[in-house]
Amino acid sequence: MSTYAQKKGFGATLWDYLTTVDHKKIAILYLIAGGFFFVVGGLEAVFIRIQLAVPNNDFVSAGLFNEIITMHGTTMIFLAAMPLVFAFMNAVMPLQIGARDVAFPFVNALGFWLFFFGGVFLNLSWFFDGAPDAGWTSYASLAMASKGHGVDFYVLGLQISGLGTLIGGINFLVTIINMRAPGMTYMRMPLFTWTTFVTSALILFAFPPLTVGLVLMMFDRMFGSNFFVTTMGGNTVIWEHLFWIFGHPEVYILILPAFGIFSEIFPMFSRKRLFGYSSMVFATVLIGFLGFMVWAHHMFTTGLGPVANAIFAVATMAIGVPTGIKIFNWLFTIWGGSVKFTTPMHWALAFIPSFLAGGVTGVMLAAAAADYQYHDTYFVVAHFHYVIVGGVVFAIFAGTHLYWPKMFGTMLNETLGKITFWLFFIGFHMTFFIQHFLGLWGMPRRVFTYLPGQGFETSNLISSIGAVFMSLAVIVMLYNIIMTSVKNVKVGNDPWGDGRTLEWALPSPPPFYNFKQLPLVRGLDAYWLEKMEGKKGMTPAEPLGDIHMPNSSFLPFVIAFGLFVAAFGALFNMDDKAWSVPVIIIGLLITFGAMFLRSVKDDHGFHIHKEELMEDDNDKGVKA
Amino acid sequence: MANSQLNSGNPRVDIEYRRKKSAEEMKQQVVSFALMIFLTLIAFAAVAMKGASAWFVVPFILLLAAVQVVFQLYYFMHMKHKGHEAPSMFLYSGLLVGLITILAFTTIIWW
Repeated sequence: MSTYAQKKGFGATLWDYLTTVDHKKIAILYLIAGGFFFVVGGLEAVFIRIQLAVPNNDFVSAGLFNEIITMHGTTMIFLAAMPLVFAFMNAVMPLQIGARDVAFPFVNALGFWLFFFGGVFLNLSWFFDGAPDAGWTSYASLAMASKGHGVDFYVLGLQISGLGTLIGGINFLVTIINMRAPGMTYMRMPLFTWTTFVTSALILFAFPPLTVGLVLMMFDRMFGSNFFVTTMGGNTVIWEHLFWIFGHPEVYILILPAFGIFSEIFPMFSRKRLFGYSSMVFATVLIGFLGFMVWAHHMFTTGLGPVANAIFAVATMAIGVPTGIKIFNWLFTIWGGSVKFTTPMHWALAFIPSFLAGGVTGVMLAAAAADYQYHDTYFVVAHFHYVIVGGVVFAIFAGTHLYWPKMFGTMLNETLGKITFWLFFIGFHMTFFIQHFLGLWGMPRRVFTYLPGQGFETSNLISSIGAVFMSLAVIVMLYNIIMTSVKNVKVGNDPWGDGRTLEWALPSPPPFYNFKQLPLVRGLDAYWLEKMEGKKGMTPAEPLGDIHMPNSSFLPFVIAFGLFVAAFGALFNMDDKAWSVPVIIIGLLITFGAMFLRSVKDDHGFHIHKEELMEDDNDKGVKA
Repeated sequence: MANSQLNSGNPRVDIEYRRKKSAEEMKQQVVSFALMIFLTLIAFAAVAMKGASAWFVVPFILLLAAVQVVFQLYYFMHMKHKGHEAPSMFLYSGLLVGLITILAFTTIIWW
């Protein structure tokens, strides 16, 4: 199999990506799809800011505004942030633990295609009488009253993409537990691997409640059940609980990998090992654990009663402790280090104060009594954009610059990267800082316009100008990506020069089998350790031998496509369309047929033989 | 994992030791199987018994069910063996999350 470096035509490349089970290519698919949805969600954000730039604006109607804010939130959380985070997990985690792939490569591909078809399905709602308009939380009392098919698109689309996320998470768990290289003990795992591990555990426990909630809502809206219909004895508050039992861990599912990326960047560019590694691991696990005991802080004003509010308020404030541990550890990592101000380091340094501001307003909101004042105002909007943009989106930008060479073999332009950073950093604070005050002055969330003379005009205009800066930043980065790909200047193993973990010991991009010989890990920051002892690469832990690899398969695409078809049938079933039931059956037949084919057809994969590995590339000699 | 095979091909395997281990294992499984049947009979008896209120019978049967789950996991699915730390950690975490959910639903939504 030494043919992988050959030039391929467009059709062959496309087919390669449609059938791939290689974690590095799936990472690229996640990056492209997530990036696309990020741009879509970003455009929706721009429309929101145009509408709110001046009072009494009629850029969009009230109904369309509701659809835009719903789709902005849903797209950004489920279709942009999560897949982009998954892109880095897929690209980097197996390399960091010294594995040749994830535990179940076929399932990994299936996870991607389920997410992708779910996302496409959700966005197709724009072309069928209207997108969902009940907010990204889709509270049942609102969603049940929503006319048209918007909410049905939400329910079915998220169900399908949620399946993909769930099996992706399980896959990562199995990989990290079982596939670590010799010597890679749990307490030698890089922090990004640790956060991937805890995140995957959160996915495992948090997604089932969402699935249950979505199933209940699907039956209510499409098949006439009454779980959330109060006149028939149902209870809409159950949806709120189910949603937030999922929804609160979900925000940690997003932020923990972001912490992981920054925990890689700080030691790399401070040229010092991470301060307090074991306390970082402890804090990560503790945040994951506490993440399940605080969901009701999203519902303080629902009327849970003072006892429940007090318990959840205290539990919420407790999360500030492990997060504080992390912040101090990052600061102490930088302190006394020989800091190199690269683009990823810019994002990382800006992340600390930005995220901290979001954390502080989080503790303010956690005070249940005060929350009655903040609830449903722009203060809340400012808070969660500070944590999600200041935390997760900063990490995604940082990770894109940091791991671009590892994923594509080329280095993004540093000057353009810093321009992106400054435009985005200024635009972000300009847009969202002022929103704290708008909230405190009384501007409610989710309103499509406001009247002049209430003191909201100037602040909203400033906020909208900030959005222009952020848009420019994204455009500069897209330009940077295109220019870098056109120039196509290849780089070596460790292009930053300061790589500490195993992925930097491999060529950029790594060969499809990752490690010719599994590396021997002798401590934390395995590659750094070897470099400090004057060695060029890792010591192999095994003699050179045949490598067993999985075959590519088109079936994951087909399985996901079948569910996509069936979802259309289910959606139009409530209109009494005659064709809807056959469409459901055809879709499910495609899915189960493909699954059946996968089960009965033996697919043993193939071996890369020792001789091929030896002649493959001669720059790194094969040892022992 | 500890469910190691007798026919491992390893010449240093102590067959005598393995055989003794397996016999012991078998004995435990038979005992726990008998106990499980016995617990099931008790559960049936509790329902059939005249005069026992539902407030006693339902929690009692749930308790017996919990005991049976423990037998199942530890004796039949080998969770008492070494090498099952990760599965048990995830089982208990899942149990915790589930119980908190039930606790919250019963205390602040339904009653």
